Parts: sequence; structure tokens; C-alpha cells
Amino acid sequence: MASTYTLISSNVLSGSAASVTFSSIPSTYTDLVLRVSLRTDTSASFVQTNLTFNSDSSAIYSATYLYGTGSAASSTNYTADTYAREVYYDGANATSNTFGSGEIYIPNYTSTTSKSFSAFGVEEDNNSAARIGVEAQLYRNTSAISSITWAATSGQNFVSGSSFYLYGIKNS
Amino acid sequence: MATTYEPIATTTLGSAASSITFSSITSAYTDLRIIMNVAGGGSSNFVQIRFNSDATSNYSRTSLIADGSTVTSTRASATNGLLNVAASGSVQPELILADIFSYSNTSVYKTWLSSDNSDANGSGNVGRIVGLWRSTAAIDTILLQGNTGNFAAGTTATLYGILKA
Repeated sequence: MASTYTLISSNVLSGSAASVTFSSIPSTYTDLVLRVSLRTDTSASFVQTNLTFNSDSSAIYSATYLYGTGSAASSTNYTADTYAREVYYDGANATSNTFGSGEIYIPNYTSTTSKSFSAFGVEEDNNSAARIGVEAQLYRNTSAISSITWAATSGQNFVSGSSFYLYGIKNS
Repeated sequence: MATTYEPIATTTLGSAASSITFSSITSAYTDLRIIMNVAGGGSSNFVQIRFNSDATSNYSRTSLIADGSTVTSTRASATNGLLNVAASGSVQPELILADIFSYSNTSVYKTWLSSDNSDANGSGNVGRIVGLWRSTAAIDTILLQGNTGNFAAGTTATLYGILKA
């Protein structure tokens, strides 16, 4: 019997890298799940990272965010972005050896409609700068998603030990 | 080896419809997961969830929701169904990821945890809900229905079973 929840590809960094790309994603699944553990060399405690589909950097990404700081919660809309903002993950000023964890769920990634997807990322390092982020995101493109690039912000890198796992889920 | 995460049933609406029902759900799993992608352009504002055709006041929920400017938490008690928090019916699709724990355990009331996601490039909602169905009956039917109208064609819902062993 076909496996429902299948690892498509993974990348565990043995050195620093500005981005990680999953390409030639097969269209044989129903949904995609990305699970990551990452830290960047950005000089900050918590950082945003950037996600793009199909190498598309046109201004067709948007999101509604819910943030928590440990003492307050807030919400923001981002419109017409050139990438999907993925928050929150650990930067260079976070406690040593801590990595942010996150999951992105992309349903119907081969559909010919806009792609609504969810994201959840956390930066917890036993520090008052810790953050949690929950995001409803939208990619207004009708093409099937065949590649995903997850990048640190410009000029920055993911550090060694950061891991990226892409799974496919089949509904039959 | 037993399959841990297995599709039980899936529905894709070929035309607008007011509901999707999963019935005759086997009790062979430990937990259930629902992935619902509500297509844009429907006429329903929210998705209402009921179990085993129970439309009595056995449901309650607590929600945390953000709309891009404010964050709120609300609760509702003794309702006749669970309700998601991210409004659908916009031109963009809405994603609901929901887990139902110990759905066939006849010693416990049933808990629903969901992630609701709806963004429309300048507006939207993102939220989390915990819902409770105060019944010890095993869940064998799940109704997903529009609370004010129809789901648009192209709406998909898949029910997965998760097995602990």
C-alpha cells in the first residue's frame, strides 16, 4: 500500500548556506509539509526568513500574522510581498545551541488556484526575546508548486546543523 | 507494519454544496485529522462542525484569533456545533487543519483542536480553536457545513486516521 506521509527530500546543513531549495517536487501528492529546525547568523535574537515558490519573486505573496512575545500578542497583515515571511527563528544573538522550529502546511499544491497555506514558527531560548509566530499565508499563483526555496534574509546564512525536511501527503 | 497516518475518505466538490459529510468512520484508529481547503468564492462565512448528527447544545469552544490588527480570544458554551474562526467566502481559499483526539474512546468527551488560516492580501484571519463535544459516544460521522450558505466548487476535505501502533 502506498505510504500516506512520505519524506520527499531533506537537507541537514554541514556548513552555512544562504538558502535551501527543494526542486523537481513531484506532483503525485495532495499536500506538502515542510518541517524545519534552523538558526541564522543574523545579528539578532529572533529573525524572519523568506520562502518562495517556483523561483517566483513577484509581489503575489501575502499573510495575516499572529505574534506572541511572552508578554503581549499582536497581529499584522502583509500585502504584495515578493516572498512569504516565515517567523520566528533563532538568530546569532539567541542562546547558544538553540534552533527555531517550524512547520508549513501547503494543501493542494498542484491546484490551479491560489495557494492558501499555514505556517507556525517559534524561537524559544530561555530569554525575554523569545517569539512565537502563527501565519495564514497566500500565494496568488495558479501554477503547481514544483520548487520551494527557504532563504535567510539578504546577506545572511543558515548555520550548520539547520535541517529542512519536505514531506508529501497523499489522500488516497 | 501498521500504517500510522492513513487516508480514510476524501471529497472534492464538483459544484457548490452546503456540506461535506464523512460517515461510517471506522473506530480502528487512535486519532483523526481533517484537512479542509475551502475554495474561494463560496457563500458561507464559516464552517460548522457536528459529530454523529448531534445538533443539541453539547458543544463548546475557546478561540484565539487575529485579523491583522487585533488579537482576541472568545468562548462559546452550550452551542449546537463547533464553528471555525477564520471566515471563508472570500475570493481566496481558506485552510483548516484539525485534530480530533481519542475519537472512539467511549470513556471521554471529545476534543477538537484546529488551525484556521484565511488570507486575502490585505485582510484575513488566523486562529486556533479548542472545541469540546460533551459526549462519550465514539465519533462515526463528521459533518462540515457552511453556516450561512454553500461551499464553492473545488472545496476539498480529507479525513485521515492516525494509529498509535
